[in-house]
Amino acid sequence: MIPELGHFALILALTIAIVQAAFPLAGSLVGNRQWMAMARPLAYGQFTFLLIAFACLVQAFLTDDFSVLYVAQHSNSLLPEIYKVSAVWGGHEGSLLLWVLFMAAWGGLVALLSKDLPATVMARVISVQGMIAIGFLLFTLLTSSPFERLFPVPADGRDLNPLLQDPGLAIHPPMLYMGYVGFSVAFSFAIAALIGGRLDAAWARWSRPWTTAAWVFLTIGIALGSWWAYYELGWGGWWFWDPVENASLLPWLVGTALMHSLAVTEKRGAFKSWTVLLAIFAFSLSLLGTFLVRSGVLTSVHAFATDPERGLFILIFLCIVIGGSLALYAWRAPEVSEGGRFDLLSRESALLGNNLLFVAFTVLVLFGTLAPLIYEAFDWGKISVGFPWFNKMFLALAPFLALLVGFGAATRWKHDEPMRLVKLLWVAFALSIAVLAITSLPTFSGGHLWVPIGLALSAWLLFSHIAIVRERLKNKQGWRTVVADMRGSGRSFYGMVVAHVGVAVFAVGVTMVSNFEGEKDVRMSPGDSHELAGYRFEFLGAQKAPGPNYQADRGHFIVYKGDRKVTELFPEKRAYLAGGMPMTEAAIDAGLFRDIYVSLGEAVGGGDWALRLYYKPYVRWIWLGSIFMALGGILALTDPRYRTARVRASAPAGSAVGARA
Amino acid sequence: MKARQKRLVFVGLAIAGVGAAASMALSALQSNLSYFFSPTQVAANEHPTDAVFRVGGLVVEDTLKRQEDGLTVRFDVTDNAATVPVSYTGILPDLFGEGQGVVAKGRIGQDGMFYAEEVLAKHDESYMPPEVADTLQTAHVEGVIESTGESVKSGAAAQ
Repeated sequence: MIPELGHFALILALTIAIVQAAFPLAGSLVGNRQWMAMARPLAYGQFTFLLIAFACLVQAFLTDDFSVLYVAQHSNSLLPEIYKVSAVWGGHEGSLLLWVLFMAAWGGLVALLSKDLPATVMARVISVQGMIAIGFLLFTLLTSSPFERLFPVPADGRDLNPLLQDPGLAIHPPMLYMGYVGFSVAFSFAIAALIGGRLDAAWARWSRPWTTAAWVFLTIGIALGSWWAYYELGWGGWWFWDPVENASLLPWLVGTALMHSLAVTEKRGAFKSWTVLLAIFAFSLSLLGTFLVRSGVLTSVHAFATDPERGLFILIFLCIVIGGSLALYAWRAPEVSEGGRFDLLSRESALLGNNLLFVAFTVLVLFGTLAPLIYEAFDWGKISVGFPWFNKMFLALAPFLALLVGFGAATRWKHDEPMRLVKLLWVAFALSIAVLAITSLPTFSGGHLWVPIGLALSAWLLFSHIAIVRERLKNKQGWRTVVADMRGSGRSFYGMVVAHVGVAVFAVGVTMVSNFEGEKDVRMSPGDSHELAGYRFEFLGAQKAPGPNYQADRGHFIVYKGDRKVTELFPEKRAYLAGGMPMTEAAIDAGLFRDIYVSLGEAVGGGDWALRLYYKPYVRWIWLGSIFMALGGILALTDPRYRTARVRASAPAGSAVGARA
Repeated sequence: MKARQKRLVFVGLAIAGVGAAASMALSALQSNLSYFFSPTQVAANEHPTDAVFRVGGLVVEDTLKRQEDGLTVRFDVTDNAATVPVSYTGILPDLFGEGQGVVAKGRIGQDGMFYAEEVLAKHDESYMPPEVADTLQTAHVEGVIESTGESVKSGAAAQ
């Protein structure tokens, strides 16, 4: 009964979405206030019904209702309670439901928090959200309903893929989806602005916090995914340039460009058309990512069971969204006045550079990801693009970006004096050169060219931002200013600083782990020792160890550095009872400066094991840097300016605001 | 007029820059591409002899053998029309097994053995890499179509 209720709630949500897409928009065009006023209640209603549908599915999982096909395929009565909940998004249908639920949640939040938005803008934004929701709800109901029944009812479920039975992956998809779907808000604001023909600073200020919020979620989601792949897949890698990973990186790259471009549009009224375009592409790339992941057109190590038919649906939807919004853009954008002239040496120029670099990298990643499809379409053969290519492209652009970040954050809007910048930044620059010189010494760099470059760029990022903060505090009351700033509108400034320092931390991690990591596949008998990167791994043998829903072989290692015992590690090889799928559970001794990592391969007879040892210096800094970036975003998000600004921005009606520059 | 000339120079520089970057990216791509060949194509010597390529199919039952050193494994990959012997040193992915779909990346040796540097892992039992699925469909052997057809079907049903 309850699954049918869930299905029914989904259908009601679709009905609401249709009304939501039509009436508020129509009302805003003909000036019908009552129709416009429907926007808020409809957004709440849609969220409520999707929440009901979602709750019904959770309930089916918790009560082991294997008469529901989706539950039977993704759960098992032995599955621990917490994973029964995360199993809800462990497969295609459930994750899609989570996707539409989040979509509705964002819509509801816009309705709830943007009380001061003009009624016409609100109506249009909610309507556009409704249109996207129609697409996804139709997709869910027509091709992938999670509430389908199964007869005869099996005695037990097929179990959740063991790889997904993990706390990291329980929260990774929700974060990622919040990010993906969050860009729909920026998209809706952009479309609403195009419909109204009014792209102005107020529009940028409204969509800025939403974009940043989506970006924060996406950052956390990607970092969690990378962390999960690192410890769960047992290959010790943190990024593989796999199509599925790229699918999440693409919207992040464009989203990052969008965040910076919105800053220019808000503060200076420039880059308007460009910003709209980025908003359209950020969301389109989220959709493209979904298509790539769901359709299975590309070979991916992360691919779960896929279905080409569904891919086709998303592809059509993608074409409608991109085609429709670009057509609207072509029709409306020329009417948008360009504002805000600026000099070559100005923050606008630096942010333009940022945007160009991010877009260039997006195009490259997109091309590399789609190249196999392009080759196949032209019958040039079946290819795959090796990850060294992506690394090369990244290394070709990243240094310029890092240099630019230091300068850009220091420059002033509209016009800046070269001498002022030199005075401000020369110490930071000199220190970075010193870092470059020291780390170039063979004893330090070990002959790796990128070690000094990576570390000097990180140093530049750090020191230039210290200089920028010092400049802000100069002639003020020192730390008391910081406190006042944090209470008031300085939060977005410190948010920027924290996020940029996060980039420095990330860069240190990438540089160190890429150049100094150690990896070895070995065969070991009980009692054997093996040396790697100054650590001695002693293998004491493996024993059977039963788990709640699996049987494991647990290896026992003691790791020494010299004579000092560093840690004991217990990597496992598990066989899950339902399905018998084997899985490697790596053992990691994590540290700020290095990880020691052991994963079991296979028993090769006589108590011997084939296994893999890793030494991963500074690998934690990669995720630490991501956390910094996300924290910076959150800090910027809480800037009170966005709240007061809404009150001010909503006051002058008409298009007068568009003229300011 | 002056502003227009300036703009022309900018546009020219931009086009030149994009062109240079694109050609560099493309030439780098050429050296990082690896083509896919089915065992039948390898048997017909269509594969490159001096470059890395990928080969895929099903791991033939009872051919998976571990060598003396405990790390090197050998197995045959088939599309049911031809087979290629593959050698790989290292830890195999969890879901690797006889009768399973596999994609290996590496070079072919003088001895006709394919020395893999990398064996593709997958996360899901019912997932079949698209190239392998294609390969098996083009090899018109009843038995294979049946067996893989089933696994593909169960994969679809899993949705």
